[in-house]
Amino acid sequence: MPLLEVKDLKVRVEEREILHGLTLTVNEGEVHAIMGPNGSGKSTLSHVIAGKPGYEVTDGQILFRGEDLLEMDPHERAAKGVFLAFQYPVEIPGVTTMNFLRTALNAQRKARGESELMVPDFLKKVREVSKSLNIPQDMLKRGVNVGFSGGEKKRNEVLQMALFEPSLCILDEMDSGLDIDALRIAADGVNALRSPKRAMVVITHYQRLLNYIVPDVVHVMSKGRVVKSGGKELALELEASGYAQFEDAA
Amino acid sequence: MPAVQETVERVKRIDVDQYRYGFETLIDSEKAPKGLSEETVEFISQKKNEPAWMLQWRLEAYRRWLTMTEPTWARVDYPKIDFQDLYYYAAPKPKKTVSSLDEIDPEILKTYEKLGIPLREVAMLEGVEPKVGEEDPARRKIAVDAVFDSVSVATTFKAELKKAGVIFMPISEAIREHPELVQKYLGTVVPTSDNFYATLNSAVFSDGSFVYVPPGVRCPMELSTYFRINERNTGQFERTLIIADKGSYVSYLEGCTAPQRDENQLHAAVVELVALDDAEIKYSTVQNWYPGNSEGKGGIYNFVTKRGDCRGANSKISWTQVETGSAITWKYPSCILRGDNSRGEFYSIAISNGFQQVDSGTKMIHLGKNTSSRIISKGIAAGKSQNTYRGLVTAHRKATGARNFTACDSLLIGDKCGAHTVPYIEAKNSSATFEHEATTSKISEDVLFYCIQRGLSQEEAVGLVVNGFVKDVLQQLPMEFAVEAQKLISISLEGSVG
Ligand SMILES: Nc1ncnc2c1ncn2[C@@H]1O[C@H](COP(=O)(O)OP(=O)(O)O)[C@@H](O)[C@H]1O
Ligand SMILES: [Mg+2]
Repeated sequence: MPLLEVKDLKVRVEEREILHGLTLTVNEGEVHAIMGPNGSGKSTLSHVIAGKPGYEVTDGQILFRGEDLLEMDPHERAAKGVFLAFQYPVEIPGVTTMNFLRTALNAQRKARGESELMVPDFLKKVREVSKSLNIPQDMLKRGVNVGFSGGEKKRNEVLQMALFEPSLCILDEMDSGLDIDALRIAADGVNALRSPKRAMVVITHYQRLLNYIVPDVVHVMSKGRVVKSGGKELALELEASGYAQFEDAA
Repeated sequence: MPAVQETVERVKRIDVDQYRYGFETLIDSEKAPKGLSEETVEFISQKKNEPAWMLQWRLEAYRRWLTMTEPTWARVDYPKIDFQDLYYYAAPKPKKTVSSLDEIDPEILKTYEKLGIPLREVAMLEGVEPKVGEEDPARRKIAVDAVFDSVSVATTFKAELKKAGVIFMPISEAIREHPELVQKYLGTVVPTSDNFYATLNSAVFSDGSFVYVPPGVRCPMELSTYFRINERNTGQFERTLIIADKGSYVSYLEGCTAPQRDENQLHAAVVELVALDDAEIKYSTVQNWYPGNSEGKGGIYNFVTKRGDCRGANSKISWTQVETGSAITWKYPSCILRGDNSRGEFYSIAISNGFQQVDSGTKMIHLGKNTSSRIISKGIAAGKSQNTYRGLVTAHRKATGARNFTACDSLLIGDKCGAHTVPYIEAKNSSATFEHEATTSKISEDVLFYCIQRGLSQEEAVGLVVNGFVKDVLQQLPMEFAVEAQKLISISLEGSVG
């Protein structure tokens, strides 16, 4: 059974159809890239999978391990293993990163019927992961993303990904606003999480990111549909010739 | 930080019953006849075995009150109160006099148990990390002078306080046992003529707490009083007087919850604080009275006059309040900074949900030289509620070098509520420095969704974000109250979104 199946998905935002019948199948262990020009609906897809309010699904299905994802509350989806790394992670003043991580992790564990992680185990885990991501401990004591640089925010997303151990990671424009060094650190973090039990959907506008996170499958999105799928070489092809050729196909 | 987790846990344990403290205790009570007259005032005074001077004081206030009218300047709206349709005194019928907790009506103890309120020396905060440098909160002691309806039914820790020379007792007892102290200070901070509700209180107050901390004494424990209204149609008029003599320190905690009912209940308390030279008083409140039902019916009217007088040089008074309950809140804990170098602080979290109306804030009156004050106000409005911060900062001619810092932040949840900030600033001398900051923001859908995507339910997400918003103020609360306050914040915002 595939991990994620999006079937003929049609989505409206404020009466306007944004996704016009999108189909996508992702299996465990695979890394998929979704490429496409601005406004093609990439973020919309990621939001609908994660359950962000404000989108109306008018047709189609999203199955997660065969279960109807659209029937689940967004926080239940998180507990089931759907993780979205946001393009613009928000700031939460007054809530320390450490507190946030622990609150979220325990909420997920509880929803799965697991016991809370003991504080020492939790701290040990956070320390390990943050070290590998070059996240200083004092950053964890600050408000979530408050005053973080672009790179720090993205590393914080990867930190959460590592901590929550989701089975599906959707990364929306992880490279936006990052310089090469910051990108490399974040990408290394993501690569370390690649596993036969986990799938990733890497959304990006630019081919650049895919030099660091090499995908198994590349999809090209245009105007609310997947218009072409192929191997990693498709990304390079796009880099050379641009999206224009697909605009008509859509 | 695990304290927020604690909140989340506790919220999960709370069932759908929005106001789980909405129960009544079945206790016989003894009432004054309905309505207000000189006879009512005499009845109350007699019930309390008061000396003649106290009755006179009450009657003067009553006569004064007859000439006054209800203030209308606050941003609150309610049907006219018929003051002749209220009871002004109710006491649990004393079965016998009690000398220990074991003898107290088990119904009353059960009520406290349901509220999770500690009546004995207890280790109460499981799972909360103490602030760095603080002693283990579980080992700190809390003295509870429990006010049940209008009469104090239990006083604990008396012996230990006595050893330190601290007087902590119901004010009705203090009137009989320490008349010289009561006469010297009562009404000197909030005069009987102060305002409509305070004057009413002066005439009919039933009970409350009295604290006197002698010179140089650091009160050996937090003093804590829990108020609870439990009698239908009974106006509740507490009177509290706290005196910190030279160089002393006391921290006083007050909190309450009330049972659910249909009719509005009037509450008009007066709290007076006096800090002499080098003394410090920290007064904290967690208030969670019945706010009214989902249609806005019922709920407590809370018209409170709280004022502290920094009478001595280098004295300090600090108010911290967490206001989550009441249908209407009208409350401005204030500081008169009379002594040179004295300092006043006001830390407030005011939450309104449903149809609640909150008009609250503070007054900092700078009279002495080099006085300073600090105001941190966090208003949270949800549902169809209205939340107003009203603040006054004044520096008089002689108050050279007066300094004030004010920060008022409002958070809106949903788009049917309102937050308003009404600051008044008056500096009558040029050396005063007043800083004022104010922000209003809406709880962001993106922030909520971020939390939800990480596994938090909608309500947990709101609780987390709001607890972050009010963190600066929560940190001012004594540890014993911090968890309870967080719990209340989350409870009071249940159902505020989605
Ligand atoms: N909340 C919204 N309200 C109105 N239109 C929206 C909203 N979100 C997205 N859109 C529109 O949907 C289209 C796809 O947007 P998006 O999914 O963000 O594309 P991408 O991530 O590929 O750049 C765009 O035309 C955008 O303007
Ligand atoms: Mg996008």
